[in-house]
Amino acid sequence: MEVGLNQSISPMASRKWLGIIALLFAFFFGGSSAFAATPTPSPTGDIATTFILGGKIADCGVGIPGIKISVTGPGTSANLVTDKKGVWEVQTPTTTRYLKDKFTVTLDKTTLPKDRVLIGTSTRTVVFNMVNSASAAFKLVPIDCGSTSPNQPKAAENPVVVALFNGINFGLMLAMAAIGLSLIYGTTGLSNFAHGEMVSIGALSTWVFNRVLGLDLIPAALLAILIVTAFGYAQDAFIWRPLRKKRIGLTQMMIVSIGLSMVVRYALQMIFGGDTKVLTQGATWSILGISMPAVNVICSALSVVVLIAYSLFLTKTRIGKATRAVSDNPSLAASTGIDVEHIIRIVWIIAAVLTGIAGVFIGLYEQAAWDTGFWNLLLIFAAVTLGGLGTSAGAAVGAMIIGLLVELSTLVIPPDLKVAAALVVMILVLLVKPEGVLGKKQRIG
Amino acid sequence: MDLILGNAISWLFQPITAAYALAAIGIALHFGFTGLLNFGQAVFMAVCAYGFSISVKFFHLGFWPAVGVAVIASIAMAFLLGIPTLRLRSDYLAIVTIAAAEVFRFIVSTTSAQPVTGGPQGLNQYSDGFYAMNPIPVGHYKFWVWDFNQDDLFAIVVSWLVVTVFAILLAILIRSPWGRVIKGIREDEDAVRSLGKNVYSYKMQSLVVGGLMGTFAGILFVLPTSVQPGNYGTTLTFYIWTILLLGGASTVIGSIVGAMIFWSLLSLTGDLLSTGVDNGTITFLTQNQVGAIRFMLVGIALMLLVIFRPQGIFGNKKELYFNA
Repeated sequence: MEVGLNQSISPMASRKWLGIIALLFAFFFGGSSAFAATPTPSPTGDIATTFILGGKIADCGVGIPGIKISVTGPGTSANLVTDKKGVWEVQTPTTTRYLKDKFTVTLDKTTLPKDRVLIGTSTRTVVFNMVNSASAAFKLVPIDCGSTSPNQPKAAENPVVVALFNGINFGLMLAMAAIGLSLIYGTTGLSNFAHGEMVSIGALSTWVFNRVLGLDLIPAALLAILIVTAFGYAQDAFIWRPLRKKRIGLTQMMIVSIGLSMVVRYALQMIFGGDTKVLTQGATWSILGISMPAVNVICSALSVVVLIAYSLFLTKTRIGKATRAVSDNPSLAASTGIDVEHIIRIVWIIAAVLTGIAGVFIGLYEQAAWDTGFWNLLLIFAAVTLGGLGTSAGAAVGAMIIGLLVELSTLVIPPDLKVAAALVVMILVLLVKPEGVLGKKQRIG
Repeated sequence: MDLILGNAISWLFQPITAAYALAAIGIALHFGFTGLLNFGQAVFMAVCAYGFSISVKFFHLGFWPAVGVAVIASIAMAFLLGIPTLRLRSDYLAIVTIAAAEVFRFIVSTTSAQPVTGGPQGLNQYSDGFYAMNPIPVGHYKFWVWDFNQDDLFAIVVSWLVVTVFAILLAILIRSPWGRVIKGIREDEDAVRSLGKNVYSYKMQSLVVGGLMGTFAGILFVLPTSVQPGNYGTTLTFYIWTILLLGGASTVIGSIVGAMIFWSLLSLTGDLLSTGVDNGTITFLTQNQVGAIRFMLVGIALMLLVIFRPQGIFGNKKELYFNA
């Protein structure tokens, strides 16, 4: 009997990896492949196929071996132990019809490492569903990915100050990505849903250069930014410029960008797999009694420098002024002799550089995965919308507000709701001030 | 090979296909006929799935009262989404609806809500009331390579009945005076406004009706399976959009045929690839990567469709609405 192994470690909905990570995902060939394995007639004459139910118990991407798991369900009763990579699997016979058989997965708590505690019950029910993966996540605490996890307030530290620090940190990174998105929106009108993938590419390339090829962090980061820039330029040259020439409408372009984001995102998943790549490194610094990973402090400082340099470019240089002119009114800019397409090309490069830097920093802040950018995309959009569509200053202010909201909200609500809190605030602000915090008063309805 | 083909063909009539078709019919009303850029159809499906299953599991309501709860929840959701966004430009509506859908998903999947919503695991075992109404005698019904029991057949029949009813309803609606007004809004909002119509109110009505279609789609979606918060991410909405654009946004039949083609092709490519990987013909892929390739194919299809045939298979280029 031929059976394809299918164990997948899908990242959970929590955007930041701190709260996790023991993931256990049961997953039957994703979707429709119910007939993929070679079927053999079972004694009753039903068509039966063997599937593999499997998963991985991991802690910050590193598998935990030796954890006992038992699986029970129709025709199945098995006791398993995770292997060296934290992977477990079991063959389950099931009929080919609807795959709605229920399996119970139980984790033996006593076999967990001593410094890890399981949240909730140790039993999960997995229902097979032809369309999507069935999942059973086991959540472990405390999580401490290396000694430098940025979100681990020590008992003595003031949680408000820690959240404030993290919020500023995150907001600054978000600001660069948001300015990138806003620049492109301002000059071409494109709401680019594939923007998040530039963040992912930045974070993952840093991981490749730094962890796989062994370069120092700084050259690795510079190369990663270069790759994102090349990707941004190519995106404009091969997709968006031809579409602009074809005079494709903005809504159509937006849906094209959704398609592009899916293609790039799953290409990244194919190349890098579904797990999280650990990028954190280096010492921690103690600032105002708060211990912060040095790399995050440096990233924040660098973000400020980049943002100042960018604003000088925008206000002082000829190209910067031309960019603002195109952003204000492309036809008027063209009539004053500005080469609009040339400016758009430059805008794409600048936007890609800024987003690439954000990608590297976000990778260092919350680790890198194939969907890092995807989880941050809505926050980036929220920042741009909140600040006022199309203005750079607005995007920066919006990003700081979102960053602070995300981190400060954890003081009052469960951490897995912090992204939701930021999005709710965005919706509420649009209700009162639809043009955004710094947006120009204009007709938008 | 028969099995692969049988599997692909079975996706033409699976209840899940029906659910996607119905959800796409809802967006056809929103986007194809009214011009609303609703990127949050997943939230209507999720609201109803949770409204329905929580009513059954938590409040022990019967099947019909639970459907009632789902409908009320969906209407409330439409107002909640519509009031802040329908006055705004369409790209704002897109971002707000997508954000609202994600907020809802975050809230139901938080571990603090586990006692009610099941947290990340979701809910199951709420369909007994539905299957209790099944008039089909118990037994196995075999056709070709398929083998259905009475419940599967019942789910298939009911799903497509519901889809047909809503498709006819939409066809009647868009031919009515009401339909002419919303198509007018799609073409030129200001012109309709100058005729003294309350554009905001018409948009809201469209949002509620299309959302209700999403709601029933959500019930069809979860009846044969379970409620999993992970299913209600943006991917669900984007799949529905791909289906809609495949068939044609400004058509009724397009959503149904679009859903059938979409799922059959997805099943066929997925099965062929994973069989290839299994028997060693395809050596450059692993079984995990096959899943990723299917998503990439959806993305490529979406891009090519929108660029080269924005009106879809059945659409009429004249009726194409694509600019906000």
